[in-house]
Amino acid sequence: MVKIDFKKRIVVVGHYGSGKTEFALNLAFKLRETGEKVTIIDLDIVNPYFRTKDAEKELTEAGIDIIAPVYANTNVDVPALPPNIYAAFEKEGYVIFDVGGDDDGATVLGRFKGQFDAAEYDMLGVVNTKRPLTTTKEEIVESLSAIERVSRLKFTGIINNTNISVETTPDIINSGTEICAAAAKELGTSLKLVSALEEIADTINADEVFPIKIRLKKW
Amino acid sequence: MAEKMLMKGNEAMAEAAMRAGCKLFFGYPITPQTEVAAYMAKKMPKIGGLFMQAESEVAAINMVYGAAGAGARVMTSSSSPGISLKSEGISYIAGSDLPCVIVNIVRGGPGLGGIQPAQSDYFQATKGGGHGDYHLVVLAPASVQEMVSLTAEAFDIADTYRMPVMIMGDGMLGQMMEPVEFENLPKREVPEKTWATTGTQMKRKKNIVNSLYIEPDALEKMNNERLERYELVKKNEVKVETVNAENADVVIVAYGVMARVAKTVMQMMEEKGIKVGVVRPITLWPFPTEEIAKVAESAKAFLSVEMSQGQMVEDVRLAVNGKKPVYFYGRNGGVVPSPDEICAEIEKIVGGMK
Repeated sequence: MVKIDFKKRIVVVGHYGSGKTEFALNLAFKLRETGEKVTIIDLDIVNPYFRTKDAEKELTEAGIDIIAPVYANTNVDVPALPPNIYAAFEKEGYVIFDVGGDDDGATVLGRFKGQFDAAEYDMLGVVNTKRPLTTTKEEIVESLSAIERVSRLKFTGIINNTNISVETTPDIINSGTEICAAAAKELGTSLKLVSALEEIADTINADEVFPIKIRLKKW
Repeated sequence: MAEKMLMKGNEAMAEAAMRAGCKLFFGYPITPQTEVAAYMAKKMPKIGGLFMQAESEVAAINMVYGAAGAGARVMTSSSSPGISLKSEGISYIAGSDLPCVIVNIVRGGPGLGGIQPAQSDYFQATKGGGHGDYHLVVLAPASVQEMVSLTAEAFDIADTYRMPVMIMGDGMLGQMMEPVEFENLPKREVPEKTWATTGTQMKRKKNIVNSLYIEPDALEKMNNERLERYELVKKNEVKVETVNAENADVVIVAYGVMARVAKTVMQMMEEKGIKVGVVRPITLWPFPTEEIAKVAESAKAFLSVEMSQGQMVEDVRLAVNGKKPVYFYGRNGGVVPSPDEICAEIEKIVGGMK
């Protein structure tokens, strides 16, 4: 079983559609099992559909705090941050920042550089090598370097979240592990976790397997 | 087996278009279709193509008009309010007999409406939108993979009949991610574009792109020639999927994501001993009128299920032509009808028949 050992402030970023929110939600539930307080913050200013707030009921039932923009999941199509965001840095326990896709989404982090530097943080880059424009080591490095530039923060780990939804096989996940590890090295960090649906987690060829459940609503 | 990627519907359409030889895209961002433009912006320069964000939807569609006139494979995309702005240009393109592909990822309306999925642009897509006697071929995919194949086919249909083709999805289809592959995309032989304004080089008579005809007789002649092509399209291009419809107690007619919900309903009702069939129009124009008329011979009733206040239901009624009762169920404004709601509606219909 992989050891989950992160700082108390965890920033989850990645390419558009890499599965950041699914990963962030699963991480929140996992960390909550330790008995620590957990807060998840929806900082997505890019994506109008499929957001943290979709899982609000389950999060609340598990005792996980959620901070989301007032207008998330309504028809108000404006990029807005939650008004109580600064309070997040003062929170006890783990705080997970679920950030929007690409450098566009990560731009929002730049303004909090002071707060992140003052606290110790982990910044995790979620990668799905079956998504367009992050299929090779070079593309991943290009995409994640852009996120480092605009966020002014450094990656401390890479998450292999390679999948093609319901048709994912262990081979597909394993192929992503290799590419992600190479990209991580190039970025001066390491592969921290390999996420896999819990049904197939046992068959994955890696020490860092992180079993996940689909948490966002499927219509 | 070809290698599969995980893609959003919007991204998959953009990739399919480029693979079908589209090297020009003119658009203007609007939720929930912006990923089409974002993907084009990133990839077009890499394949020697052009992505241009125009200053408005009106400008974008007129750039499409120009590029289509020069014989290029060209595309634009938008969502409902943006398509309203483009409607004037679409009428001009249809009136000039030019091929192009227009994507509408429909959101709730009218007016600025909302950003959640809807199907309330059916009338606009199939009955005009712009002015004058004209039609678009309207394709309605129900999965990300079908968005890929229909996008590729859309360019060939447009070139074959020299007319604009619309791909109509909804916010859900545009945003959802599914595994897709791009091997063996549909491909047809298409006629050479001898009418394109590419310069005469002093070797031929000049070509003119125009939709203005001062003499009524001349305009009527052009329009009637176009009508003959529309008849050909009706004869050759109807696409429809029919499941379990023969002798069904109720046949659900639904397109796009609603057809997926309808198939779930079909299974749920089977457990209750009620036979539900599904007719899924894949072309909304030309509408599968004959197929529905044929189903009406044995099915007992029809239920049109839409994310609107009832638009396609009018075409279903015309196709059924009074032979059997036609009912409607819909939600709108960005609300998607749930399987449970539709099951309750079917139980009401079946209860009423007994």
